[in-house]
Amino acid sequence: MTASVSIKLTVNGETVTADVPPRMHLADFLRERLSLTGTHIGCEHGVCGACTVRLDGDIVRGCLVLAVQANGAAVETVEGVSDSGEIADLQEAFRQRNALQCGYCTPGMLLTAQELLAREETPDRETIREHMSGNYCRCTGYQAIVDAVETTARARAAART
Amino acid sequence: MKAAAFDYVRPASVAEALELLRRHGDAAKLISGGQSLVPALNLRLLAPEILIDLGGLDLRSIAMDGGVLRIGALARHVDLLNSALVAEHAPLLALAMPHIAHPAIRNRGTIGGNLAHADPASELPAVMQALDAAIVVEGADGTRRVDARDFFTGIYETVLAADEMIVGVEIPVAEAGRRFFFHEFSRRSGDYAIVGLAAAATVAGGTASDVRLCYFAVGDKATLAEGAGAALSAGPMSVERVAAAQAALAEDLSPQDDQQGSAATRMHLARVVLARATAALFDDPALAGRTAA
Amino acid sequence: MNEHNPLTALDRPNSYIGRALPRPNLTRLLQGRGQYVSDMSLPRMAHVAFVRSPYAHARINGIDATEAKAMPGVVAVVTGKELAEVCTPWVGVLSHLKGLKSAPQHAIAVDRACWQGEAVCAVIAETRAAAEDAAERVMVDYEELEPVTDMMTALDSETPLIHPELGDNLAFERNLDVGEVDKAFAEADAVVEAEFVFGRHTGVTLEPRAVIGDWNPGEERLTVYQGTQAPHMMQNIIAKHLGLEEAQVRVVCKDVGGSFGIKVHVYPDEMAVVALSKLLRRPVKYVADRIESFNTDIHARDHRCKAKIAVKADGLITGFAIDDVTGIGPYSMYPRTSAIEANQVVNLVGGQYTNQNYRARTRVVFQNKNVTCQYRAVGHPIACSITEGLVDLAAREIGMDPAAMRRRNLIPDDAYPCAAASGLKFESLSHHASLDKLLSMMDYDGLRAEQAELRKRGIYRGIGLATFIEVTNPSAAFYGVGGARISSQDGVAIRLEATGRIIVQTSITEQGQGSEAITAQVAAHALGVPMERVRVILGDTDNTPYGGGTWASRAAGIGGEAAWQAGKALRTNILAVAASILQADADALDIVDAKVVDKGTDVERMPLEEVARIAYFRPDTLPPGFQPELMAVRHFVPREYPFAFTNGIQASWLEVDPDTGFVTLLKHWCVEDCGTIINPQLVDEQIRGGIVQGIGPALYEHCLYDERGQLTNASMADYLVPMASEMPDIEVGHVVSPTMESELGAKGAGEAGTAGAPAAVVNAVNDALAPFDVRIVEIPMTPEVILRALGKI
Repeated sequence: MTASVSIKLTVNGETVTADVPPRMHLADFLRERLSLTGTHIGCEHGVCGACTVRLDGDIVRGCLVLAVQANGAAVETVEGVSDSGEIADLQEAFRQRNALQCGYCTPGMLLTAQELLAREETPDRETIREHMSGNYCRCTGYQAIVDAVETTARARAAART
Repeated sequence: MKAAAFDYVRPASVAEALELLRRHGDAAKLISGGQSLVPALNLRLLAPEILIDLGGLDLRSIAMDGGVLRIGALARHVDLLNSALVAEHAPLLALAMPHIAHPAIRNRGTIGGNLAHADPASELPAVMQALDAAIVVEGADGTRRVDARDFFTGIYETVLAADEMIVGVEIPVAEAGRRFFFHEFSRRSGDYAIVGLAAAATVAGGTASDVRLCYFAVGDKATLAEGAGAALSAGPMSVERVAAAQAALAEDLSPQDDQQGSAATRMHLARVVLARATAALFDDPALAGRTAA
Repeated sequence: MNEHNPLTALDRPNSYIGRALPRPNLTRLLQGRGQYVSDMSLPRMAHVAFVRSPYAHARINGIDATEAKAMPGVVAVVTGKELAEVCTPWVGVLSHLKGLKSAPQHAIAVDRACWQGEAVCAVIAETRAAAEDAAERVMVDYEELEPVTDMMTALDSETPLIHPELGDNLAFERNLDVGEVDKAFAEADAVVEAEFVFGRHTGVTLEPRAVIGDWNPGEERLTVYQGTQAPHMMQNIIAKHLGLEEAQVRVVCKDVGGSFGIKVHVYPDEMAVVALSKLLRRPVKYVADRIESFNTDIHARDHRCKAKIAVKADGLITGFAIDDVTGIGPYSMYPRTSAIEANQVVNLVGGQYTNQNYRARTRVVFQNKNVTCQYRAVGHPIACSITEGLVDLAAREIGMDPAAMRRRNLIPDDAYPCAAASGLKFESLSHHASLDKLLSMMDYDGLRAEQAELRKRGIYRGIGLATFIEVTNPSAAFYGVGGARISSQDGVAIRLEATGRIIVQTSITEQGQGSEAITAQVAAHALGVPMERVRVILGDTDNTPYGGGTWASRAAGIGGEAAWQAGKALRTNILAVAASILQADADALDIVDAKVVDKGTDVERMPLEEVARIAYFRPDTLPPGFQPELMAVRHFVPREYPFAFTNGIQASWLEVDPDTGFVTLLKHWCVEDCGTIINPQLVDEQIRGGIVQGIGPALYEHCLYDERGQLTNASMADYLVPMASEMPDIEVGHVVSPTMESELGAKGAGEAGTAGAPAAVVNAVNDALAPFDVRIVEIPMTPEVILRALGKI
């Protein structure tokens, strides 16, 4: 076996230190070591988007980042952005619109949508669809998700003016 | 689906990275963004003994330097996408960026990693060739610049020696009058293309010159269609000239069968996109030769 | 609600039936605080990785696990032969599918692997990674055998037999001949024939299959945490094959990351996991990785069907005839069998039309590929695509508008009850009302004009219509009569807690459809309490009534009715207690907003918590001999009709680029009739999600096998599923024809979208390309398929 590597990072604002095998990806690290199981695993080869987390402020595929690569970084998961209230409006829009069925894709969808909402004031539906196009949902057919993101964008834009 | 075990080291300098490469040889793999490498590790398609993480190296800058746009190997796709310098001086690259995968991948993947991976269906190797870029390579013997046309040698294969790494690319700035076209036929947004084309040409007085048509996802590597390029620039543009260039693709390209399309489909789409590129470059929809019933 | 059994509680403050209310379980899922089996961890839990056959067909001459057992972290390495000591094999047949045969199947292959990906050995280790490391060191001595891969030649005499003891590779054959088919075709003004091809595809649930077996030798009980749609079915089967009493097995089903029929079957590797737990006397967990999912989650469809239609010049359909072949893999899946889809195709073709001349044959053949079985809308997309494809081709042949052609032939809305040529019984459908509503929603005439205008400019857009019928609310006719211990009834237990809260335990399960929500809505409505007071418990064989679960569009119609009846019964019981306390006539009392009130005036008499307080803590104050019963249990199953058919119609509007073969979906409409709608938002979202799951195989999804039986695109990068960018917005409308079998009148809605979408999309592509005289009857319609049809390549 290869040697574990010591890492120190912040996860949802808390400092975490751990010894991890280099082969462990970030999604497994969050789920297995920190019990942050809101980060889901759907394919482990970077296609489905269920494991989306934020790394130093940018969304990434948790299965395509090694935990050792996150040494020194700030990681945020759906649990973190839920507790902070950052996406409370987006979550409420998803709830009202039933923009999730089984809920497995949802954490990744929320983090991906939040990145778009932070960047573009009022993205149109095509832009939303394009931005979300790397996140797989088998249940909804996507329309409800697009609706919820659009509703949130409009509400935030209205709140700003 | 868990990767086989490997060791991990994160050098602090290019020199240190090269020394590690020399020491470990084939047992080592370099990792930058990891967006192609980590899936292969997870799938156990690759099982290196050691990963050399380039993430600590200072190779992320995008800067103008006397008529050349220099991009560090670790510049991420999202950095290129958002770069004003890229938009101004390498607009073809800017056109291509949104087609590369998805936001979460673009936030992590790097230009150097992409080019070193040499996926024949990837956009950047074609863009580099269409832009006449040089790939800057560093090894034990120093730095060398490889013409992008000569860099890619096959599926996932390049001229990089085992102890070399890409440190950046150099793109000559776009001259006035230079026009660009980028399109790829992919089944879904962000997918690898079935056929893609990165094109650059100078258009003046109804005639094209210095036409560079670089196809990707058509053969075992991104390929400059030199015959078609020459055919397009042989005289005033016309539907017939487009047809001649399309015919020349038979010599230029060696499409392959795979699950996304047969060689015949690929050759057909290569011809279609050539006509559409010409129509766009000349701003003349009639040149696209669209089918009508 | 319906005439023969009028409801009395429709306009109360707690009228939740028919309202779009957010599901109570969404908040935790939105915070990443759901609990899926893949999230769970138990003390001493070990992890399994399977060694899987790289060959489609191979004899296993020996397995050497010496090196693997010595690897770090390895707990055990168990072969099929060793596991067979604790888990008996099964045969996936049902007695009502006459002639269906299959061979005994083991949890882990014993001496022969019959498809690429079949488990041949299990490695149990402290982590999944360690188990995978060791799995690479298990040396299996395979002797490759000739695989049977082409279903069209599977029955040829020179083709090897997969199970020689069965005598041939034919699992099942069904023939049907109704009316005067030969005469109809002889006398037709036009006959159109086509050979329809349906690619193999699969479910791709985002959470892969996951199971934890936890055998407690101290209690001699096995607790199984499983992502399943049918906990009681699993309880029965696990007990049966592990030699346990049912009472020794508890199946717990927490959050499930997508099911769609994928998770209603008995998977050999999951059986192996629970057996391993018993063998190793500790919790054992298995989560399929995505590659394993593609290779072992059931596949579906894979049909080739020669079909023809006879029509008169005025558009009247006078005959359908089909000859269908499907390949199901090497075994009929257990316990629901792999013959149901083909059987449904025979049942359903032409079922929306008045025609009574129908001939059908289907042959279900074995092959060395992954097994196929019931997946969302079982058989319907095939039957609908054949029927509606033929209708469109015939309409074109006789120069009739496709909408007019359908109006000419759909069973009239006042003709019910009636039966299809195949014998299906229809209680009450609304084809014509649905067609009219759809045409109006989409502005059919306007769209046709736009299409013609665009065509002049070289833009090729198409409209595709697809009417459909859909099996929902299945009775025992589906599985029970065939000998399977699969419950078609569901039960609900409902009780008033001491604090005035309501606990509802139901045997239906939740995988995102909204089972929990509609149960709470119905129960709250029936009782007269705010929905927030209701907590629903499901997915646990120890803690719910016995029942079927959630599959075949049955949860709302069957489980919903059980909740309705249970709620009404509890309401009666509560009022009896209140009447006793208040010295009033129970008939003069009512429950509104969780308070006992005077009926008619709604004047409050006492809150429910006061009724509960007295019943639970001061029963001494009640009259002697009066026993409060603040819990009620009711069960329901439809008895009169084997299935509650629903109906509907879909339309697709899309553009085809004739130079590239690329299709751009622009819009999709659906009008459906699932009877009483409990929650319109949930119905709409079932329809939308279902439609996109039908668009997938029409355009993208395809399990591609090579001639050696190797699945060549077993990754999410290569197997294409619908993603957000390419999917259209979908408008959904409703016509409501309640079933009279229940007071609620609800039928199912989970599969209707998937049933009709492929046909609508195929018809739209053909309509778009009509100027080129192109006819495509193959899905998925890849750019290559379209370019080939256009003669471009």
